[in-house]
Amino acid sequence: MITKRIIPCLDVKNGRVVKGTNFEGLADVSSPVELGRYYSAHGADELVFYDITASAEGRGLFTDILKQVASSVFIPLTVGGGINTVEDFDRVLKCGADKVSVNSGAIRNPALVEQAARLYGDQCVVLSVDVKRVDGVFRVFAKGGRENTGMEALSWIKRCVDSGAGEVVVNSIDTDGVKGGFDLEMLEQVCNLVNVPVIASGGAGCINDFVTLFKTLPKVDAGLAASIFHFGEVSIADLKQELKANNITVRL
Amino acid sequence: MIAIVDYGVGNLFSLCSSFNYIGKQVTVTGERAQLERADHILLPGVGAFADAAKKLRDSGLDQVLLEQAHKGKPIMGICLGMHMRFEESHEYGYHKGLGLIKGDIVPMQGRLPQELKIPHIGWNELHFKGEKHPIFRYLGEQECMYFVHSFFGVDCDENVIATTEYGIEMTAAVARGNVCGCQFHPEKSGEAGLNILRGFCDWEV
Repeated sequence: MITKRIIPCLDVKNGRVVKGTNFEGLADVSSPVELGRYYSAHGADELVFYDITASAEGRGLFTDILKQVASSVFIPLTVGGGINTVEDFDRVLKCGADKVSVNSGAIRNPALVEQAARLYGDQCVVLSVDVKRVDGVFRVFAKGGRENTGMEALSWIKRCVDSGAGEVVVNSIDTDGVKGGFDLEMLEQVCNLVNVPVIASGGAGCINDFVTLFKTLPKVDAGLAASIFHFGEVSIADLKQELKANNITVRL
Repeated sequence: MIAIVDYGVGNLFSLCSSFNYIGKQVTVTGERAQLERADHILLPGVGAFADAAKKLRDSGLDQVLLEQAHKGKPIMGICLGMHMRFEESHEYGYHKGLGLIKGDIVPMQGRLPQELKIPHIGWNELHFKGEKHPIFRYLGEQECMYFVHSFFGVDCDENVIATTEYGIEMTAAVARGNVCGCQFHPEKSGEAGLNILRGFCDWEV
């Protein structure tokens, strides 16, 4: 049986891993190459790298670091951040990424999902979406969660999956950084809507949050988190043992 | 020397990194002479069957591979590289494969319980069939591998060396004489996957 995936996410800015709370107040955590290698060897099922660099210079640095990470990590690697064109897909795939995550780039140019899926296959295109409740409606936010696009999130996700997104990372801005658990209400609606893997993101504060996630929503394929792993609050080995003890299939 | 066949399909970065990591020399090549010289040959593949098979034929490398296979050289196909060893594929139409492995490639669509997602993406456990094949010699029991695919091999029972369970018992690896293939990606399957590459490198037929 297919296992539930545990995915550490590394936000990289100017070549270093950072993590903020509600996307504000970023703090330098560690080296992406070191962290990547550590996670690959310590039970992570996949790694996500987000390039949150703003400048072209920083982007070049990210490309170099990505190559270093990819050559020492032997689990699937997803790369996102600044992906606006199929040329951007090509650039990170050549550096060793297995999948490419699109967010703001797809909002600006919705055809990007279809173009990339046709060129590289659905399995290569990961839709990442930052969602926040506004007056009781799930809205898509852009620019790292700072800008309300006004788009209704569920129809946006459906549209992207129909055009070829092979996986969806649902990041709840409402629960991100709060460490009070995943946004089960939002995730359930996404799971009922699409038939591609759904990756839960935003809100994990402890091991039990993952147990609750997979027990409550068996359709969720993976849980993604950053700071609780980077700061050593939760070890992936302990987390997987606890999931197994709760009859959730994991890779040990 | 391990030769990775370069026929213009897929990304070879991870495969090369994996062999470097386990201390094996690799060469990425589309040249007959180098493939003839290699001790082991690896046929990668990502993308669509028809396109990949055409590229392999147009480059003439299909004939080189068949020659080397018949000479008894260990050859491994990964994912689509495995699919192309089969007799035929029904991936968006009908296409002829190399015919090194008995059986066909068919879509998951319509063959799995409805609630299962397609593609089959993620880590799934290997179940060895029959005597443990030499490429699995460094694996323990209950090892998981990373799968990403929407098509799979059928009617290949006599060549199946491992399966995985995804609603049905699905072909995960095949072998026939000196030719073998994996549906999953050993280069993306952590230490267990690297152990399969080690097993392949040490496989003497």
